Amino acid sequence: MPALLELEQVRARYGAVQALHGVSLDVEEGEIAAVLGANGAGKTTTLRAISGNVRREGEIRFAGRRLARTGPDDAARLGIAHVPEGRGTFAELTVWENLRLGAYTRSGRLRDDYARVQTYFPWLEERRNQQAGTLSGGEQQMLALARAFMQRPKLLLLDEPSLGLAPLLIAEIFRIIRELNEHEGLTVLVVEQNAHIALQAARRAFVLEVGRVALSGPSEELQQHESVRRSYLGY
Amino acid sequence: MATFVATLTKRKTAVSTGVSIPVVALLVAGAVFLLIGCLSSEIFAQQTVSGLADGAIFGLLALALVLIYRATEVVNFAQGEMAMATTYFAYQLTQWHLTYWLAFVLTLAFAFVFGVLVQVAFIRPVQHKSVIAVVIVTVGLFILIDGVVTWIWGADLKFMAAPFGNNVYTLSGVAFSRLDIGVFLVCIASMVLLWLLFQYTKLGLAMRASALRPSSAALVGVRVDRMLAVGWGLAAVLGAVAGMMTEPKQFVLQPPLMQPILLYAFAAAVLGGLESPFGAVVGGLTLGVFLNLIGQYVGFATSELRLPIAFAVLLFVLVLKPTGLFGRRQVRRV
Repeated sequence: MPALLELEQVRARYGAVQALHGVSLDVEEGEIAAVLGANGAGKTTTLRAISGNVRREGEIRFAGRRLARTGPDDAARLGIAHVPEGRGTFAELTVWENLRLGAYTRSGRLRDDYARVQTYFPWLEERRNQQAGTLSGGEQQMLALARAFMQRPKLLLLDEPSLGLAPLLIAEIFRIIRELNEHEGLTVLVVEQNAHIALQAARRAFVLEVGRVALSGPSEELQQHESVRRSYLGY
Repeated sequence: MATFVATLTKRKTAVSTGVSIPVVALLVAGAVFLLIGCLSSEIFAQQTVSGLADGAIFGLLALALVLIYRATEVVNFAQGEMAMATTYFAYQLTQWHLTYWLAFVLTLAFAFVFGVLVQVAFIRPVQHKSVIAVVIVTVGLFILIDGVVTWIWGADLKFMAAPFGNNVYTLSGVAFSRLDIGVFLVCIASMVLLWLLFQYTKLGLAMRASALRPSSAALVGVRVDRMLAVGWGLAAVLGAVAGMMTEPKQFVLQPPLMQPILLYAFAAAVLGGLESPFGAVVGGLTLGVFLNLIGQYVGFATSELRLPIAFAVLLFVLVLKPTGLFGRRQVRRV
Protein backbone atom coordinates (compact mmCIF):
# COMPACT_ATOMS: atom_id res chain seq x y z
CA MET A 1 0.00 0.00 0.00
CA PRO A 2 1.47 3.38 -0.95
CA ALA A 3 2.04 5.86 1.86
CA LEU A 4 -0.45 8.67 2.42
CA LEU A 5 2.29 11.24 2.03
CA GLU A 6 5.58 10.84 0.23
CA LEU A 7 8.37 13.37 -0.18
CA GLU A 8 11.15 12.63 -2.61
CA GLN A 9 14.21 14.85 -2.80
CA VAL A 10 12.25 17.96 -1.86
CA ARG A 11 14.24 21.17 -1.98
CA ALA A 12 13.13 24.62 -0.88
CA ARG A 13 14.76 27.99 -0.46
CA TYR A 14 14.05 31.39 1.06
CA GLY A 15 15.62 33.82 -1.34
CA ALA A 16 19.29 32.92 -1.50
CA VAL A 17 19.15 30.62 1.50
CA GLN A 18 18.62 26.97 0.70
CA ALA A 19 16.58 25.50 3.56
CA LEU A 20 15.90 21.99 2.27
CA HIS A 21 18.61 20.15 0.35
CA GLY A 22 16.57 17.14 -0.69
CA VAL A 23 14.26 15.75 1.97
CA SER A 24 12.74 12.32 1.45
CA LEU A 25 10.24 10.93 3.89
CA ASP A 26 6.87 9.24 4.00
CA VAL A 27 3.90 9.06 6.31
CA GLU A 28 1.61 6.06 6.34
CA GLU A 29 -2.09 6.29 6.86
CA GLY A 30 -3.11 6.10 10.50
CA GLU A 31 0.30 6.68 12.06
CA ILE A 32 1.97 9.45 13.99
CA ALA A 33 5.30 10.35 12.44
CA ALA A 34 7.73 12.84 13.89
CA VAL A 35 10.34 15.09 12.34
CA LEU A 36 13.14 15.91 14.75
CA GLY A 37 16.13 18.16 14.46
CA ALA A 38 17.96 21.17 15.77
CA ASN A 39 17.03 24.78 15.09
CA GLY A 40 17.43 25.58 11.41
CA ALA A 41 17.53 21.97 10.31
CA GLY A 42 14.53 22.57 8.05
CA LYS A 43 11.73 21.05 10.13
CA THR A 44 9.30 23.93 9.71
CA THR A 45 10.24 24.36 6.07
CA THR A 46 9.42 20.70 5.45
CA LEU A 47 5.87 21.28 6.68
CA ARG A 48 5.63 24.53 4.76
CA ALA A 49 6.73 22.72 1.62
CA ILE A 50 4.01 20.10 2.06
CA SER A 51 1.24 22.65 2.54
CA GLY A 52 2.55 24.87 -0.25
CA ASN A 53 3.63 27.81 1.88
CA VAL A 54 7.07 27.92 0.38
CA ARG A 55 8.19 27.39 -3.18
CA ARG A 56 9.65 23.93 -3.56
CA GLU A 57 11.12 21.50 -6.05
CA GLY A 58 11.08 17.77 -6.02
CA GLU A 59 8.25 15.32 -5.72
CA ILE A 60 5.47 15.49 -3.12
CA ARG A 61 2.67 12.95 -3.39
CA PHE A 62 -0.37 13.04 -1.16
CA ALA A 63 -3.15 10.43 -1.31
CA GLY A 64 -2.01 9.42 -4.77
CA ARG A 65 -1.88 12.98 -6.13
CA ARG A 66 1.15 15.04 -6.96
CA LEU A 67 1.28 18.34 -5.14
CA ALA A 68 3.11 20.39 -7.70
CA ARG A 69 1.78 23.89 -7.93
CA THR A 70 -0.67 23.79 -5.06
CA GLY A 71 -0.95 26.73 -2.66
CA PRO A 72 -1.90 26.44 1.02
CA ASP A 73 -5.62 26.86 0.29
CA ASP A 74 -5.50 23.95 -2.19
CA ALA A 75 -3.67 21.79 0.33
CA ALA A 76 -6.40 22.48 2.88
CA ARG A 77 -9.00 21.47 0.32
CA LEU A 78 -7.16 18.22 -0.39
CA GLY A 79 -7.36 17.32 3.30
CA ILE A 80 -4.16 18.63 4.83
CA ALA A 81 -4.58 20.56 8.07
CA HIS A 82 -1.48 22.57 8.94
CA VAL A 83 -1.17 24.02 12.43
CA PRO A 84 1.79 26.34 11.90
CA GLU A 85 4.32 27.84 14.27
CA GLY A 86 2.47 30.35 16.40
CA ARG A 87 -0.62 28.14 15.99
CA GLY A 88 -2.31 30.21 13.28
CA THR A 89 -5.12 31.10 15.66
CA PHE A 90 -7.29 34.05 14.73
CA ALA A 91 -6.71 35.96 17.96
CA GLU A 92 -9.25 38.66 17.12
CA LEU A 93 -12.05 36.19 16.44
CA THR A 94 -14.00 34.17 18.96
CA VAL A 95 -13.31 30.55 19.81
CA TRP A 96 -16.43 29.48 17.93
CA GLU A 97 -15.47 31.52 14.86
CA ASN A 98 -12.06 29.85 14.87
CA LEU A 99 -13.74 26.46 14.89
CA ARG A 100 -16.09 27.49 12.09
CA LEU A 101 -13.07 28.54 10.05
CA GLY A 102 -11.54 25.14 10.68
CA ALA A 103 -14.53 23.61 8.96
CA TYR A 104 -14.37 26.15 6.13
CA THR A 105 -13.61 23.63 3.39
CA ARG A 106 -16.53 21.45 4.37
CA SER A 107 -20.21 21.87 3.82
CA GLY A 108 -23.03 20.68 5.99
CA ARG A 109 -23.75 20.90 9.66
CA LEU A 110 -21.04 21.28 12.25
CA ARG A 111 -22.97 20.05 15.24
CA ASP A 112 -21.70 16.47 15.20
CA ASP A 113 -18.10 17.51 14.72
CA TYR A 114 -18.40 20.10 17.43
CA ALA A 115 -19.83 17.48 19.78
CA ARG A 116 -16.84 15.26 19.04
CA VAL A 117 -14.41 18.12 19.51
CA GLN A 118 -15.96 18.75 22.89
CA THR A 119 -15.21 15.22 24.07
CA TYR A 120 -11.51 16.10 23.73
CA PHE A 121 -11.73 19.75 24.73
CA PRO A 122 -14.72 20.08 27.07
CA TRP A 123 -13.72 23.58 28.19
CA LEU A 124 -14.32 25.02 24.69
CA GLU A 125 -18.07 25.32 25.17
CA GLU A 126 -17.67 27.70 28.08
CA ARG A 127 -15.24 29.85 26.10
CA ARG A 128 -17.22 29.71 22.90
CA ASN A 129 -17.75 33.45 22.58
CA GLN A 130 -14.44 34.53 24.02
CA GLN A 131 -11.82 36.20 21.86
CA ALA A 132 -9.21 33.54 21.04
CA GLY A 133 -6.37 35.97 21.77
CA THR A 134 -7.36 36.07 25.43
CA LEU A 135 -6.80 32.34 25.88
CA SER A 136 -3.59 31.09 27.48
CA GLY A 137 -0.85 29.59 25.32
CA GLY A 138 -1.89 26.03 26.13
CA GLU A 139 -5.53 26.75 25.44
CA GLN A 140 -4.62 28.36 22.13
CA GLN A 141 -2.64 25.29 21.15
CA MET A 142 -5.63 23.13 21.98
CA LEU A 143 -7.91 25.46 20.06
CA ALA A 144 -5.57 25.09 17.09
CA LEU A 145 -5.86 21.29 17.37
CA ALA A 146 -9.63 21.53 17.68
CA ARG A 147 -9.78 23.82 14.67
CA ALA A 148 -7.69 21.39 12.63
CA PHE A 149 -9.92 18.53 13.73
CA MET A 150 -13.02 20.44 12.53
CA GLN A 151 -11.46 20.33 9.09
CA ARG A 152 -11.72 16.50 9.14
CA PRO A 153 -8.29 16.25 7.57
CA LYS A 154 -6.65 13.18 6.11
CA LEU A 155 -3.35 14.45 7.44
CA LEU A 156 -2.52 16.80 10.30
CA LEU A 157 0.73 18.75 10.16
CA LEU A 158 1.75 20.02 13.58
CA ASP A 159 4.58 22.48 14.00
CA GLU A 160 6.15 22.43 17.48
CA PRO A 161 3.02 22.00 19.56
CA SER A 162 5.20 22.06 22.69
CA LEU A 163 6.65 25.50 22.00
CA GLY A 164 6.50 27.80 25.01
CA LEU A 165 4.35 25.49 27.11
CA ALA A 166 4.88 24.08 30.58
CA PRO A 167 5.78 20.35 30.82
CA LEU A 168 2.37 19.42 32.22
CA LEU A 169 0.64 21.09 29.29
CA ILE A 170 2.97 19.49 26.77
CA ALA A 171 2.08 16.08 28.15
CA GLU A 172 -1.61 16.96 27.95
CA ILE A 173 -1.34 18.15 24.35
CA PHE A 174 0.47 14.99 23.27
CA ARG A 175 -2.03 12.84 25.14
CA ILE A 176 -4.80 14.45 23.08
CA ILE A 177 -2.82 14.04 19.85
CA ARG A 178 -2.46 10.33 20.58
CA GLU A 179 -6.15 10.02 21.40
CA LEU A 180 -7.10 11.73 18.16
CA ASN A 181 -4.82 9.31 16.36
CA GLU A 182 -6.17 6.20 18.09
CA HIS A 183 -9.86 7.02 18.31
CA GLU A 184 -10.36 9.13 15.20
CA GLY A 185 -7.77 7.52 12.96
CA LEU A 186 -6.08 10.87 12.38
CA THR A 187 -2.72 10.66 10.60
CA VAL A 188 -0.23 13.11 12.10
CA LEU A 189 3.13 14.45 11.04
CA VAL A 190 4.54 16.37 13.96
CA VAL A 191 7.65 18.54 14.00
CA GLU A 192 9.30 18.77 17.41
CA GLN A 193 12.38 20.03 19.13
CA ASN A 194 11.33 18.12 22.20
CA ALA A 195 12.57 14.77 20.88
CA HIS A 196 11.76 12.96 24.08
CA ILE A 197 8.03 13.51 23.96
CA ALA A 198 7.85 13.24 20.18
CA LEU A 199 9.52 9.81 20.17
CA GLN A 200 7.11 8.63 22.82
CA ALA A 201 4.10 9.62 20.75
CA ALA A 202 5.31 8.75 17.27
CA ARG A 203 5.59 5.34 15.66
CA ARG A 204 8.37 6.46 13.36
CA ALA A 205 10.62 9.47 13.22
CA PHE A 206 12.90 11.30 10.80
CA VAL A 207 15.89 13.24 12.04
CA LEU A 208 16.72 16.27 9.93
CA GLU A 209 20.19 17.72 9.73
CA VAL A 210 20.94 20.75 7.55
CA GLY A 211 18.00 20.25 5.26
CA ARG A 212 18.37 16.48 4.79
CA VAL A 213 17.05 13.39 6.52
CA ALA A 214 20.10 12.12 8.38
CA LEU A 215 18.42 9.24 10.13
CA SER A 216 15.04 7.57 10.21
CA GLY A 217 13.30 4.57 11.65
CA PRO A 218 10.87 3.31 14.28
CA SER A 219 10.84 5.47 17.40
CA GLU A 220 12.07 2.67 19.68
CA GLU A 221 15.14 2.17 17.51
CA LEU A 222 15.91 5.87 17.38
CA GLN A 223 15.53 6.13 21.13
CA GLN A 224 18.33 3.59 21.45
CA HIS A 225 20.45 5.19 18.77
CA GLU A 226 23.70 6.55 20.06
CA SER A 227 23.80 9.90 18.22
CA VAL A 228 20.09 10.60 18.74
CA ARG A 229 20.49 10.03 22.44
CA ARG A 230 23.47 12.31 22.63
CA SER A 231 22.20 15.12 20.37
CA TYR A 232 18.47 15.20 21.01
CA LEU A 233 17.61 13.28 24.14
CA GLY A 234 20.51 14.50 26.25
CA TYR A 235 21.66 11.32 27.92
CA MET B 1 -5.33 16.03 35.38
CA ALA B 2 -8.72 16.93 36.82
CA THR B 3 -7.24 19.89 38.67
CA PHE B 4 -5.56 20.97 35.49
CA VAL B 5 -8.85 21.02 33.60
CA ALA B 6 -10.45 22.82 36.52
CA THR B 7 -7.90 25.62 36.37
CA LEU B 8 -8.55 25.91 32.66
CA THR B 9 -12.27 26.34 33.09
CA LYS B 10 -12.30 28.40 36.26
CA ARG B 11 -10.95 31.55 34.71
CA LYS B 12 -13.76 34.00 34.14
CA THR B 13 -14.81 34.74 30.61
CA ALA B 14 -13.67 38.20 29.65
CA VAL B 15 -15.97 39.90 27.20
CA SER B 16 -13.91 42.24 25.09
CA THR B 17 -15.95 44.71 23.10
CA GLY B 18 -13.17 47.21 22.55
CA VAL B 19 -15.36 50.10 23.70
CA SER B 20 -13.92 52.20 26.49
CA ILE B 21 -16.07 53.77 29.18
CA PRO B 22 -15.09 57.42 28.46
CA VAL B 23 -16.11 56.97 24.81
CA VAL B 24 -19.47 55.53 25.79
CA ALA B 25 -19.99 58.37 28.28
CA LEU B 26 -19.13 60.90 25.59
CA LEU B 27 -21.58 59.36 23.12
CA VAL B 28 -24.37 59.13 25.69
CA ALA B 29 -23.77 62.77 26.67
CA GLY B 30 -23.92 63.74 23.00
CA ALA B 31 -27.15 61.82 22.48
CA VAL B 32 -28.75 63.42 25.55
CA PHE B 33 -27.65 66.85 24.34
CA LEU B 34 -29.23 66.22 20.93
CA LEU B 35 -32.43 64.91 22.47
CA ILE B 36 -32.87 67.92 24.74
CA GLY B 37 -32.01 70.24 21.85
CA CYS B 38 -34.53 68.55 19.56
CA LEU B 39 -37.29 68.75 22.17
CA SER B 40 -36.69 72.40 22.92
CA SER B 41 -36.14 73.80 19.43
CA GLU B 42 -37.79 72.97 16.10
CA ILE B 43 -34.89 74.27 14.04
CA PHE B 44 -32.47 72.25 16.10
CA ALA B 45 -34.55 69.13 15.48
CA GLN B 46 -34.72 69.82 11.76
CA GLN B 47 -31.01 70.38 11.52
CA THR B 48 -30.32 67.24 13.52
CA VAL B 49 -32.44 65.04 11.26
CA SER B 50 -30.95 66.54 8.14
CA GLY B 51 -27.50 66.09 9.69
CA LEU B 52 -28.24 62.45 10.39
CA ALA B 53 -29.10 61.93 6.73
CA ASP B 54 -25.86 63.63 5.63
CA GLY B 55 -23.98 61.73 8.30
CA ALA B 56 -25.42 58.38 7.22
CA ILE B 57 -23.97 59.01 3.76
CA PHE B 58 -20.59 59.96 5.24
CA GLY B 59 -20.77 56.88 7.43
CA LEU B 60 -21.59 54.62 4.50
CA LEU B 61 -18.64 55.81 2.42
CA ALA B 62 -16.46 55.74 5.54
CA LEU B 63 -17.52 52.13 6.00
CA ALA B 64 -16.36 51.39 2.46
CA LEU B 65 -13.00 53.00 3.30
CA VAL B 66 -12.70 50.96 6.50
CA LEU B 67 -13.59 47.74 4.70
CA ILE B 68 -10.74 48.23 2.27
CA TYR B 69 -8.37 49.60 4.88
CA ARG B 70 -8.79 46.46 6.96
CA ALA B 71 -8.23 44.14 4.02
CA THR B 72 -5.66 46.00 1.95
CA GLU B 73 -4.19 48.37 4.54
CA VAL B 74 -4.58 51.44 2.40
CA VAL B 75 -7.15 54.19 2.13
CA ASN B 76 -8.77 53.90 -1.26
CA PHE B 77 -8.60 57.43 -2.64
CA ALA B 78 -10.71 56.35 -5.61
CA GLN B 79 -13.63 55.25 -3.43
CA GLY B 80 -15.57 58.46 -4.05
CA GLU B 81 -14.96 58.41 -7.78
CA MET B 82 -16.01 54.77 -7.99
CA ALA B 83 -19.23 55.77 -6.20
CA MET B 84 -19.71 58.64 -8.62
CA ALA B 85 -19.18 56.39 -11.65
CA THR B 86 -21.75 53.89 -10.41
CA THR B 87 -24.20 56.75 -9.81
CA TYR B 88 -23.74 57.74 -13.47
CA PHE B 89 -24.48 54.14 -14.36
CA ALA B 90 -27.77 54.44 -12.44
CA TYR B 91 -28.45 57.72 -14.22
CA GLN B 92 -27.93 56.01 -17.57
CA LEU B 93 -30.37 53.25 -16.62
CA THR B 94 -33.04 55.80 -15.68
CA GLN B 95 -32.39 57.50 -19.01
CA TRP B 96 -33.30 54.17 -20.58
CA HIS B 97 -36.65 54.50 -18.78
CA LEU B 98 -36.02 52.06 -15.98
CA THR B 99 -37.72 53.02 -12.75
CA TYR B 100 -35.47 54.55 -10.11
CA TRP B 101 -35.50 51.59 -7.75
CA LEU B 102 -34.93 49.01 -10.46
CA ALA B 103 -31.97 51.10 -11.63
CA PHE B 104 -30.83 51.26 -7.99
CA VAL B 105 -30.75 47.47 -7.62
CA LEU B 106 -29.08 46.86 -10.99
CA THR B 107 -26.50 49.48 -10.11
CA LEU B 108 -25.62 47.62 -6.92
CA ALA B 109 -24.90 44.51 -8.95
CA PHE B 110 -22.87 46.54 -11.42
CA ALA B 111 -20.95 48.18 -8.56
CA PHE B 112 -20.02 44.81 -7.11
CA VAL B 113 -18.60 43.58 -10.41
CA PHE B 114 -16.88 46.93 -10.92
CA GLY B 115 -15.22 46.76 -7.48
CA VAL B 116 -14.06 43.19 -8.04
CA LEU B 117 -12.62 44.08 -11.45
CA VAL B 118 -10.78 47.11 -10.05
CA GLN B 119 -9.17 44.91 -7.40
CA VAL B 120 -8.21 42.17 -9.84
CA ALA B 121 -6.98 44.44 -12.61
CA PHE B 122 -5.31 47.27 -10.71
CA ILE B 123 -4.75 46.44 -7.05
CA ARG B 124 -3.73 42.77 -7.11
CA PRO B 125 -0.67 43.29 -9.32
CA VAL B 126 0.85 45.82 -6.90
CA GLN B 127 -0.63 44.60 -3.63
CA HIS B 128 2.44 42.74 -2.42
CA LYS B 129 4.89 45.38 -3.61
CA SER B 130 4.36 48.21 -1.15
CA VAL B 131 1.66 50.26 0.53
CA ILE B 132 2.81 53.35 -1.34
CA ALA B 133 2.42 51.57 -4.67
CA VAL B 134 -1.20 50.71 -3.84
CA VAL B 135 -1.89 54.28 -2.71
CA ILE B 136 -0.48 55.64 -5.96
CA VAL B 137 -2.63 53.21 -7.93
CA THR B 138 -5.76 54.40 -6.11
CA VAL B 139 -4.84 58.02 -6.83
CA GLY B 140 -4.35 57.03 -10.47
CA LEU B 141 -7.75 55.34 -10.45
CA PHE B 142 -9.27 58.54 -9.11
CA ILE B 143 -8.01 60.43 -12.15
CA LEU B 144 -8.79 57.61 -14.58
CA ILE B 145 -12.40 57.18 -13.45
CA ASP B 146 -13.00 60.92 -13.35
CA GLY B 147 -11.67 61.22 -16.89
CA VAL B 148 -13.62 58.29 -18.28
CA VAL B 149 -16.91 59.45 -16.74
CA THR B 150 -16.44 62.97 -18.10
CA TRP B 151 -15.56 61.50 -21.48
CA ILE B 152 -18.70 59.34 -21.60
CA TRP B 153 -21.28 61.64 -20.03
CA GLY B 154 -19.70 65.10 -20.22
CA ALA B 155 -19.14 67.55 -17.39
CA ASP B 156 -22.51 69.26 -17.61
CA LEU B 157 -25.15 68.86 -14.92
CA LYS B 158 -27.46 65.85 -15.09
CA PHE B 159 -30.74 65.40 -13.28
CA MET B 160 -32.29 62.22 -11.99
CA ALA B 161 -35.77 61.40 -10.76
CA ALA B 162 -36.27 62.04 -7.05
CA PRO B 163 -36.32 58.65 -5.31
CA PHE B 164 -38.36 59.71 -2.32
CA GLY B 165 -40.50 62.50 -3.76
CA ASN B 166 -40.48 65.98 -2.29
CA ASN B 167 -42.96 65.53 0.53
CA VAL B 168 -42.46 67.00 3.95
CA TYR B 169 -43.84 65.43 7.11
CA THR B 170 -44.71 67.64 10.02
CA LEU B 171 -44.52 66.31 13.53
CA SER B 172 -45.48 68.71 16.33
CA GLY B 173 -44.33 71.72 14.38
CA VAL B 174 -41.08 70.18 13.11
CA ALA B 175 -40.84 69.58 9.38
CA PHE B 176 -38.96 66.47 8.28
CA SER B 177 -38.30 66.00 4.61
CA ARG B 178 -39.14 62.58 3.24
CA LEU B 179 -35.85 62.75 1.41
CA ASP B 180 -33.80 63.00 4.61
CA ILE B 181 -35.67 60.15 6.24
CA GLY B 182 -35.42 57.99 3.12
CA VAL B 183 -31.70 58.62 2.70
CA PHE B 184 -31.09 57.86 6.36
CA LEU B 185 -33.08 54.62 6.29
CA VAL B 186 -31.48 53.34 3.07
CA CYS B 187 -27.99 54.02 4.42
CA ILE B 188 -28.68 52.43 7.78
CA ALA B 189 -30.31 49.41 6.13
CA SER B 190 -27.21 48.92 3.95
CA MET B 191 -25.00 49.03 7.04
CA VAL B 192 -27.14 46.51 8.89
CA LEU B 193 -27.14 44.15 5.91
CA LEU B 194 -23.38 44.39 5.66
CA TRP B 195 -23.01 43.72 9.37
CA LEU B 196 -25.26 40.66 9.12
CA LEU B 197 -23.21 39.40 6.20
CA PHE B 198 -19.94 39.75 8.09
CA GLN B 199 -21.23 38.47 11.40
CA TYR B 200 -23.43 35.57 10.41
CA THR B 201 -22.34 34.11 7.08
CA LYS B 202 -19.49 31.83 6.20
CA LEU B 203 -18.43 34.25 3.47
CA GLY B 204 -18.33 37.11 5.97
CA LEU B 205 -16.28 35.09 8.41
CA ALA B 206 -13.84 34.09 5.68
CA MET B 207 -13.51 37.72 4.64
CA ARG B 208 -12.77 38.79 8.20
CA ALA B 209 -10.24 35.99 8.56
CA SER B 210 -8.54 36.98 5.29
CA ALA B 211 -8.24 40.58 6.40
CA LEU B 212 -6.96 39.71 9.87
CA ARG B 213 -4.51 36.90 9.07
CA PRO B 214 -4.18 36.08 5.40
CA SER B 215 -1.66 33.26 5.85
CA SER B 216 -3.71 31.51 8.53
CA ALA B 217 -6.85 31.95 6.46
CA ALA B 218 -5.18 30.24 3.51
CA LEU B 219 -4.18 27.33 5.76
CA VAL B 220 -7.81 26.57 6.56
CA GLY B 221 -8.65 26.65 2.86
CA VAL B 222 -9.89 30.21 2.35
CA ARG B 223 -9.08 31.63 -1.08
CA VAL B 224 -7.65 34.84 0.28
CA ASP B 225 -7.20 36.70 -3.01
CA ARG B 226 -10.79 35.99 -3.91
CA MET B 227 -11.96 37.30 -0.53
CA LEU B 228 -10.02 40.54 -1.01
CA ALA B 229 -11.69 41.02 -4.40
CA VAL B 230 -15.11 40.40 -2.84
CA GLY B 231 -14.22 43.00 -0.20
CA TRP B 232 -13.53 45.56 -2.90
CA GLY B 233 -16.80 44.59 -4.56
CA LEU B 234 -18.75 45.14 -1.35
CA ALA B 235 -17.00 48.45 -0.71
CA ALA B 236 -18.00 49.55 -4.21
CA VAL B 237 -21.60 48.54 -3.45
CA LEU B 238 -21.59 50.69 -0.31
CA GLY B 239 -20.10 53.51 -2.34
CA ALA B 240 -22.82 53.10 -4.97
CA VAL B 241 -25.51 53.44 -2.31
CA ALA B 242 -23.74 56.52 -0.94
CA GLY B 243 -23.51 58.01 -4.43
CA MET B 244 -27.12 57.33 -5.29
CA MET B 245 -28.17 58.89 -1.97
CA THR B 246 -25.90 61.91 -2.40
CA GLU B 247 -27.34 62.73 -5.81
CA PRO B 248 -30.89 63.49 -4.55
CA LYS B 249 -29.46 65.44 -1.59
CA GLN B 250 -27.60 67.67 -4.04
CA PHE B 251 -30.31 67.59 -6.75
CA VAL B 252 -27.73 67.41 -9.52
CA LEU B 253 -25.25 64.90 -10.85
CA GLN B 254 -21.83 65.99 -12.03
CA PRO B 255 -18.36 64.40 -11.99
CA PRO B 256 -17.13 66.02 -8.72
CA LEU B 257 -20.25 64.70 -6.93
CA MET B 258 -18.43 62.60 -4.37
CA GLN B 259 -15.20 64.54 -3.91
CA PRO B 260 -16.30 66.50 -0.82
CA ILE B 261 -18.17 63.44 0.47
CA LEU B 262 -14.98 61.38 0.31
CA LEU B 263 -13.21 63.94 2.48
CA TYR B 264 -16.04 63.95 5.02
CA ALA B 265 -16.02 60.16 4.95
CA PHE B 266 -12.29 60.17 5.56
CA ALA B 267 -12.73 62.46 8.56
CA ALA B 268 -15.57 60.22 9.79
CA ALA B 269 -13.46 57.08 9.43
CA VAL B 270 -10.56 58.61 11.34
CA LEU B 271 -12.92 59.89 14.02
CA GLY B 272 -14.31 56.39 14.48
CA GLY B 273 -10.90 54.75 14.30
CA LEU B 274 -9.84 53.59 10.83
CA GLU B 275 -10.01 49.94 11.84
CA SER B 276 -13.55 50.03 13.19
CA PRO B 277 -16.66 49.59 11.00
CA PHE B 278 -18.91 50.59 13.89
CA GLY B 279 -16.71 53.61 14.48
CA ALA B 280 -17.05 54.68 10.85
CA VAL B 281 -20.82 54.74 11.16
CA VAL B 282 -20.82 56.58 14.50
CA GLY B 283 -18.13 58.94 13.18
CA GLY B 284 -20.18 59.68 10.06
CA LEU B 285 -23.40 60.39 11.95
CA THR B 286 -21.56 62.52 14.51
CA LEU B 287 -19.82 64.53 11.84
CA GLY B 288 -23.03 65.05 9.85
CA VAL B 289 -25.00 66.37 12.84
CA PHE B 290 -22.05 68.39 14.13
CA LEU B 291 -21.51 70.17 10.80
CA ASN B 292 -25.20 70.99 10.46
CA LEU B 293 -25.51 72.37 13.97
CA ILE B 294 -22.33 74.42 13.63
CA GLY B 295 -23.65 75.83 10.35
CA GLN B 296 -26.95 76.76 12.04
CA TYR B 297 -25.74 78.20 15.31
CA VAL B 298 -22.23 79.53 14.75
CA GLY B 299 -22.62 82.74 12.82
CA PHE B 300 -19.36 82.90 10.93
CA ALA B 301 -19.38 79.19 9.96
CA THR B 302 -20.96 79.48 6.55
CA SER B 303 -21.19 76.54 4.18
CA GLU B 304 -17.77 77.44 2.76
CA LEU B 305 -16.30 76.43 6.11
CA ARG B 306 -17.88 72.95 6.21
CA LEU B 307 -14.88 71.18 4.71
CA PRO B 308 -12.29 73.08 6.78
CA ILE B 309 -14.26 72.27 9.92
CA ALA B 310 -14.31 68.59 8.96
CA PHE B 311 -10.56 68.78 8.56
CA ALA B 312 -10.24 70.47 11.94
CA VAL B 313 -12.08 67.47 13.41
CA LEU B 314 -9.69 65.14 11.59
CA LEU B 315 -6.64 66.97 12.89
CA PHE B 316 -8.08 67.16 16.39
CA VAL B 317 -8.62 63.38 16.48
CA LEU B 318 -5.21 62.56 15.04
CA VAL B 319 -3.48 64.71 17.64
CA LEU B 320 -5.56 63.81 20.68
CA LYS B 321 -6.53 60.18 20.07
CA PRO B 322 -4.97 58.74 16.92
CA THR B 323 -6.87 55.46 17.31
CA GLY B 324 -10.18 57.33 17.09
CA LEU B 325 -13.22 56.57 19.19
CA PHE B 326 -13.28 52.81 18.62
CA GLY B 327 -9.82 51.95 17.37
CA ARG B 328 -8.28 49.59 19.86
CA ARG B 329 -5.19 47.80 20.83
CA GLN B 330 -5.49 44.04 20.96
CA VAL B 331 -5.55 42.11 24.19
CA ARG B 332 -3.31 39.13 23.64
CA ARG B 333 -1.80 36.59 25.92
CA VAL B 334 1.01 34.36 24.80
